[in-house]
Amino acid sequence: MTAKFKSLAAAQFPHIARLEEKEDLIPYSFDGTATFQTMPDLVLFPTSAEEVAGLVKNAGECGVPVVTRGSGTGLSGGSIPVEGSVVLCLSKMNRILEVDEKNLTLLAEAGAITLDVATAAEKAGLFYPPDPGSMKISTIGGNVAENSGGLRGLKYGVTKDYVMGLEVVLASGEVIFTGNKCVKDVAGYSLRDLFIGSEGTLGIVTKVLLKLIPKPATRRTLMAVFATMESAAETVSAIIAAKIIPCTLEFLDAVTINCVEDFAKVGLPRDAAAILLIETDGHPAAVAEEADRMAELARQHGATSVQVAETAEQASALATARRAAFSSLARVAPTTILEDATVPRSELAKMIRFIQETGQRHNLKIGTFGHMGDGNLHPTFLTNERNHEEMHRVELAMKEIFDFAVSLGGTITGEHGVGLAKKEFLKAATSDLNLEIMRRMKSAFDPAGILNPRKIFNA
Amino acid sequence: MSPAKESEVHTTQNPRPTSLDVGSSVLNVGCSGAGSHSTHGGLKDLDYSILQQCMHCGMCLPTCPTYDATKMERNSPRGRISLMRAIADGKMDATRTFGEEMYFCLGCLACETACPAGVEYGHLFEVARSEVEKSGALNNPRRNAIRSVLLKGLFTRPRLLRLVGRGLWFYQASGAQWIFRTLKLNALLPKKFRNLETQTPTARATFSCDIIRPVEAHAAPRHRVGMLTGCVQDIILSDVNRDTVDVLLANGCEVHTPKVQVCCGSLHAHNGELETASDLARRLIDSFDLENLDAIITNAAGCGSHLKTYGRLLEGDAAYSKKAAQWSVKLKDIHEFLSEIGIRQPQTTATPHRVTYHEACHLCHGQKITKQPREVLKSIPGLELVELPESTWCCGSAGIYNITQPEMAADLQERKLKNILSTGVDTVATANPGCHLQLVDGARRAGRTLEVAHPISLLAMAYRAEKVVG
Repeated sequence: MTAKFKSLAAAQFPHIARLEEKEDLIPYSFDGTATFQTMPDLVLFPTSAEEVAGLVKNAGECGVPVVTRGSGTGLSGGSIPVEGSVVLCLSKMNRILEVDEKNLTLLAEAGAITLDVATAAEKAGLFYPPDPGSMKISTIGGNVAENSGGLRGLKYGVTKDYVMGLEVVLASGEVIFTGNKCVKDVAGYSLRDLFIGSEGTLGIVTKVLLKLIPKPATRRTLMAVFATMESAAETVSAIIAAKIIPCTLEFLDAVTINCVEDFAKVGLPRDAAAILLIETDGHPAAVAEEADRMAELARQHGATSVQVAETAEQASALATARRAAFSSLARVAPTTILEDATVPRSELAKMIRFIQETGQRHNLKIGTFGHMGDGNLHPTFLTNERNHEEMHRVELAMKEIFDFAVSLGGTITGEHGVGLAKKEFLKAATSDLNLEIMRRMKSAFDPAGILNPRKIFNA
Repeated sequence: MSPAKESEVHTTQNPRPTSLDVGSSVLNVGCSGAGSHSTHGGLKDLDYSILQQCMHCGMCLPTCPTYDATKMERNSPRGRISLMRAIADGKMDATRTFGEEMYFCLGCLACETACPAGVEYGHLFEVARSEVEKSGALNNPRRNAIRSVLLKGLFTRPRLLRLVGRGLWFYQASGAQWIFRTLKLNALLPKKFRNLETQTPTARATFSCDIIRPVEAHAAPRHRVGMLTGCVQDIILSDVNRDTVDVLLANGCEVHTPKVQVCCGSLHAHNGELETASDLARRLIDSFDLENLDAIITNAAGCGSHLKTYGRLLEGDAAYSKKAAQWSVKLKDIHEFLSEIGIRQPQTTATPHRVTYHEACHLCHGQKITKQPREVLKSIPGLELVELPESTWCCGSAGIYNITQPEMAADLQERKLKNILSTGVDTVATANPGCHLQLVDGARRAGRTLEVAHPISLLAMAYRAEKVVG
């Protein structure tokens, strides 16, 4: 099958860069997800939607599975090749085509780097808020496919809140554009929304039309340290109850705090149970008032110390601990598994406590940090994939954590997607009927099942 | 999550010598030093957790100059590590393609700065290149001959190297170079080397030993330090060594400079010759009275980055492991050392001077020294430091990379020059001989006038002005 595809593609698109030697394919056999690896048969670098469409058509005729890839930074295995697949890597389709300052939109090819999108917006005095951790190299197409989040979710939402239109190559090889520059548009089903977060299983996004917003005039950062998890959670509830929506509200647990101290030596108290890093942005007067109010609330709810940055340098210094969180954890053990169990904000304290107890019960090292404002936690397992006995305990703990998150009205993944890593947990997170409707959608868009097959669920 | 399929927990701590090592020590023509036994295995003998530490998150990609140029994963740090791991796992051999990839890597270590998990890429890269050399995947008679003459013959023999330097000086000073260039004899050289002749650096008439006494001190010194003169630095930038000694003297140091010093072995370690590198390390350690020195000073970023790894390089050598560990602790880059002891501000009148600073990879990425050279520059009265866009992006010199990969090196050189010229300054400071030469050559190619100076030379100049005024 692949041989036929190879010769078809070579004949029709001789100029498309291709990789088929072992040394070239091994580096495309994984993405940013721990422990998964599968070799592709071929990697192609199309440079336009027409080329993607032609290749998908060929793949359909030959029955060859197609896996789309951007920069391969995903954390659920969405872009890992399946057996006998061809990888379409869109990294060469990386142009930013237009910044429309009248309509506040930006049009980019799917392979454009997220940071480049944000920078292009900023040059026009505008703002593209979603800031996933890998934004320096992640592609905007990948962000749409996974519906990526970031640190600003509480106030600004996630990728889907900024997608106004998409150009998509369908499994049939047809190309559609869904959406437009209108803020309001109710003409028919919003097909655009179906593709967001579909992880490359319904179509291949080749262009993205994004909404931009005015850049906030100023920002203020503060950091609060707590002796108990509960006091940190109560502070978060009090801030929200006071009708303040900070743009970031980040949290580090005791394990993470100690790892940060081991590695980055920021000067955090090692006996602290939680640290909150809070940032508010907007009009200078509102920002100053909100920052003061939040500092007061933190003190009232038992913060052992509260620091408010007066300058940009101080703000950057305060943010060091949060910035260093993941890298400090990642250095502890050979294998780092970053999860993203998510619960309603009101259940955060319970969830964090449960993760800590689960870690102790299974004798595992789990550091938890994350986005306290939107309930999106990152329990991070520090382990060794070559230690099978420990990996078994990791799997048990993970299942318990996901089950508990779902029992609190939460979900198995807040911003990483299901891909391969969360497939077996999906059933617990959604009803059979929901899953059945997803399957029907998949077969309506991709009857032959050639687009990223066996991702999210088995057809 | 499905667990990995490997069969056992593998944590080899003591690399064992392989049969191929016998061959390489036979070839060790230039090394007569003691203990040239093999302590360095290949990728399969490496502590596996170092490879495993890479979580392939991709944060290295945007900082890697070769990935930036090609957008191909194989040309990225995580791609290269995946190939190394495939070899360690026995899923792939060290093929010719693998070998070429390892030599396409600049070894700039920008990935180490970007890596959230602290992967020791520099170490992996040296072991991988060593694996390539042992496998013979890149063997061909010309390459072998050049490597043997340069790495094992010339750069292990300091006196011979100086003789060659003297020859180069004579070639340039006598007018032979002028004749060669005027008659365009260049055209007779193989294509690959034609550009190289024009890049030949200008040798100095004096070596470090001619202008630095074995021991120098002003009254009542507060620190006693050893001074490394380097090999390339010694031949073409010996004045930077003099400047370094002057700066150390001005900051209360007694400076010990052995007359004859071997190459530090950085060139060898980066090019897959770990055995020769170990031998040179032992010889260099022996030329200093380590016990009685507070610090050993280097002013070349590439050397410093390697010199600090002697502890690891010789950890399997019972006779030297302790001394090497002590060496690694005492080894200081000149800017780092000055910052630690506190730079004495030159007492001169301020002459306005705008300078930008190009960060040598092996200073900012290899040694994480970024603030200190800026402190040195800012201590100079009247000097305005103009920040360089992409200051930490490799200039393409990368040891002998500009010889082995001329195209990629030229692209990086052009990019660097464009950034430097965008600042509008007429002086660029940099602290590595490779970068220094690459920038001088880049300015020549661009047809622009650009002063290239070591930060320490600028500081030395300020101290000298002080004496004139005083």
